[in-house]
Amino acid sequence: MTKRLLLIEDEPNIIEAIGFILARDGWHVKSHTSGKDAAEVARRERPDVVILDVMLPGKSGYDILREIRADDSLAGLPVLMLTARGQSKDRELAEQAGANRFMTKPFSNSEVLDAVRALAPAS
Amino acid sequence: MISFNGLVAICLAYVVLLFAVAFFADGAARRGRGGWLRSPMVYTLSLSVYCTAWTFYGAVGSAARSGLEYLTIYLGPTLVMIGWWWVLRKLVRIGRSQRITSVADLVSSRYGKSNLLAVGVTLLSVTATTPYIALQLQSVTVSLEVFSGSGTGSAIGALATDAASGDGNAPAQSANSAFLVALGLALFTVIFGTRNLDANERHHGVVMAIAVEAVVKLFALMAVGVFVVWGLSGGIAETLARIEASPLRSWDINGGRWAGLIFLSAAAFICLPRMFQVLVVESADEDHLRTASWAFPLYLLLMSVFVVPIAVTGLDLLPAGANPDLFVVTLPLAQGQTELAVLSFLGGFSSATSMVIVASIAVSTMVSNHIVMPLWLRLTGGRASMSGDIRHVVLTARRVSIVSVVLLGYFYYALSGGGTALASIGIISFVGAVQVLPSVLGGIFWRGATRLGALAGLFTGATLWAYTLFLPSFGPVIFSAEFMSAGPFGIGWLAPHALFGLSGMDPFLHALLWSMSLNAIAFFVVSVASFPTPLERLQGAQFVNIFQHSGGPRSWSAGVAQTEDLLIMSQRILGSDQAIALFRREARRMGLKGDLPEPEPGFLETLERELAGSVGAATAHAMVGQIVGGTSVSVQDLIAVADESAQLMEYSARLEAQSAELSRTARQLREANQKLTRLSVQKDAFLSQISHELRTPMSSIRAFSEILRDSDSLSDAEQSKFASIIHDETIRLTRLLDDILDLSVMENGRVSLNLREGTLSDVIERAVAAAAAGEGDGLRIQRNHVSEVVRLHTDLDRLAQVFINLIANARKYCEAEKPVLQIRVRDLGDAICVDFVDNGQGVPEESRDMIFEKFSRMSDQKAGGAGLGLAICRQIMERLGGTISYLPGETGGAFRVRLPRDAALAAE
Repeated sequence: MTKRLLLIEDEPNIIEAIGFILARDGWHVKSHTSGKDAAEVARRERPDVVILDVMLPGKSGYDILREIRADDSLAGLPVLMLTARGQSKDRELAEQAGANRFMTKPFSNSEVLDAVRALAPAS
Repeated sequence: MISFNGLVAICLAYVVLLFAVAFFADGAARRGRGGWLRSPMVYTLSLSVYCTAWTFYGAVGSAARSGLEYLTIYLGPTLVMIGWWWVLRKLVRIGRSQRITSVADLVSSRYGKSNLLAVGVTLLSVTATTPYIALQLQSVTVSLEVFSGSGTGSAIGALATDAASGDGNAPAQSANSAFLVALGLALFTVIFGTRNLDANERHHGVVMAIAVEAVVKLFALMAVGVFVVWGLSGGIAETLARIEASPLRSWDINGGRWAGLIFLSAAAFICLPRMFQVLVVESADEDHLRTASWAFPLYLLLMSVFVVPIAVTGLDLLPAGANPDLFVVTLPLAQGQTELAVLSFLGGFSSATSMVIVASIAVSTMVSNHIVMPLWLRLTGGRASMSGDIRHVVLTARRVSIVSVVLLGYFYYALSGGGTALASIGIISFVGAVQVLPSVLGGIFWRGATRLGALAGLFTGATLWAYTLFLPSFGPVIFSAEFMSAGPFGIGWLAPHALFGLSGMDPFLHALLWSMSLNAIAFFVVSVASFPTPLERLQGAQFVNIFQHSGGPRSWSAGVAQTEDLLIMSQRILGSDQAIALFRREARRMGLKGDLPEPEPGFLETLERELAGSVGAATAHAMVGQIVGGTSVSVQDLIAVADESAQLMEYSARLEAQSAELSRTARQLREANQKLTRLSVQKDAFLSQISHELRTPMSSIRAFSEILRDSDSLSDAEQSKFASIIHDETIRLTRLLDDILDLSVMENGRVSLNLREGTLSDVIERAVAAAAAGEGDGLRIQRNHVSEVVRLHTDLDRLAQVFINLIANARKYCEAEKPVLQIRVRDLGDAICVDFVDNGQGVPEESRDMIFEKFSRMSDQKAGGAGLGLAICRQIMERLGGTISYLPGETGGAFRVRLPRDAALAAE
């Protein structure tokens, strides 16, 4: 059964790149560009892993993550956060919000792939 | 019989007794155990200094010559004591609260502390007192002669006649004895009148000695009286019969003279320097007046009751031509009652000495305070205030003054040779002394009285007195007989005894009438006409309203209670420990066991100095004065306090200003800090934003380049697509860096403008062409070429950059189906406006103030800009002296670029 991944990101070229890498690894990638309804999309899509950008139009990645963590139906959903702002306080914020992994742009393709694989529930 | 030397020995013994009394009283007062010294009886007895040798001897003489007229001299004071008790109380209260030391001081203090007035009153007092002192010396020597020449009783009358004949040949022996008496009195007065360093000018020893003398003279006179009535006449009935048979009965009462004498003695009772001294200055408690108001008239009554019997019996028993002024001594002597005669002589001696002592103290106080000290201070040029031993100088001045005053009296006596009957000298002195009455009474009852008024009144009164009474009393030595009768230069109405044609009057009454009436009129008229100084006004209010100002009567003497009050006050100012330590130290210095020292001057000065360090000298003085002296704060104190508080106010105003400045600085610092914090936040936000803007394209570049590197199985289409993504993102990065640099340069103001001339239409043309480059889409641009013909002198490239940005934005964000951008040029007179209006949705109102900020982007990231475009536009327009703003009221997005007129040249 193919693993499902929800990519919440507003930059089209990055969606294309991550989509390409993960698809090649056998993931079913669904992308979403708006922050406003991101948590809702997550509930609907029931992904195995979420990749979440911090700076999104409409709503910040941290708020979306807090929303996800507050939702019991999404309990245990692994989230990898991506941010273009590499400051240490961003990492702290991400951890506090409940991110499983935190990566800074620009990222290495293989690292993303490894991280997503590691986060995917073993089954 | 008694020898002359024996009599002198008795006199000396008596004086030694007085010394002892004074010494004892002074000592008791200093040790604070002199409570009995301040009894109302002592006060009343001390008032008897009014009864001098003139009254002692002269009253009998007067009765023998003029019948009951002598009573007027006693009636005046009696009326004052009973009827004008409240005037005296007011005087005493004022004297207390203002620390008045003499009549001169009172007048000077009331009229704005005028020293000229003080000098005037002092000179008048000296002039009026000198003959009176001479009179006392004369009485002592004359009465001494009665004894010295007495071999047998029969010779007495002749001697007495001789002595009273007034031919100016006073024997050398009597001149010597007068000199010795003068010296002895001066010595006594110097010792007991100036030993007291008390600032209150009170002399316990002297007052006590005077009280003893009062008892002696009353006892002496009454003893003679009793002897005459019961010893010589054989009882009251016989005495009355003898009076009935005597010539005294037939003498009429001269109404005018009586009224004049009563008024004169009443006024003198208040104004005479020596009376003011005992009445006001030496007063221990104003409540004593209550007792004195009945006790003193009683004393006078006792003094006067035997006068007529003695006079009548003297006229009866002694040879015709015997001096009636000496009946008191000669009568017992003629009867062989030597002891009684000696007692009587001692009574007269007491009367004379007490007068000389008190009068010389009073006058010398005036002389030293108002003449010597001001001169000394002027000569030493204020060094006195620095040296501190001014007390010593005051005492020396006072001692010299005492000796001078007594010697002056002696010389007057020696020169005049006892030429006048005793009573008339007394009256002349009285008239002179009472010239201060209008100024004194006016000063304490009428606030309108002024310094000039007092000066005018005093001068007028004194001049008239001297002219009509004092100078003529010297006889032809000064005014010739012709001068007296015909007036100066033959001007009749200026004749001393018939001024303004008022002739045929008793010279004394004539002088009293003119001097007092013109004195009072001058005082009143000039006071009304002149204007008081502020100090006079304040002093006037203090004097006239003394009872409102000074609360209840307070005693000078409170001893330990005072010290306790002082301690309480000091603790408030110095702090408890320091105050107690200071008081203990002072008590140890005085050799006392407890912690409370005596409130003596040295201690008070130390305390005042300590307090002055905390509250200022004037305030300290006023505070200590309030407690110790029971004094009310004087005007000078108040003024000094006001000065100090003004300094304090100024100081506190300065502190306030500093504090205001500090808080202003603090506010500025706070604002600067806030601004820095804000800038720091902005900088963080900016860096974070830059980081984000740079990392985003770099992420794509890295991701796709890795894909291209690591994947072998890519189709050509994929390879080409990925490569072009990398290419586009690189261009985006470059553009971003350009923008950032551009903005940074512009913000730092380091941009150099390339000012050229051109037309607006050319600039718009270039912008439209540049914005359209590479984009073949359908944004239609509408322009009005005619309106664009405006010549410009500005940086055309920068202006074009702004236009390009606006056109590109319209292209990016206008979501209309057929996007149209209108470029409208409008001439507003002082500026040119270029409006860019599209037909899209426009910018929502809440975002309009944000769009010109860095990295602000409308909604979704549609067109890869860094969000710096409009921020750069705003910076450019600022440099060019214009503005760029969002234009509300249009259907779509609308921006207005505004160029100042000087950038646009008039169309040619």
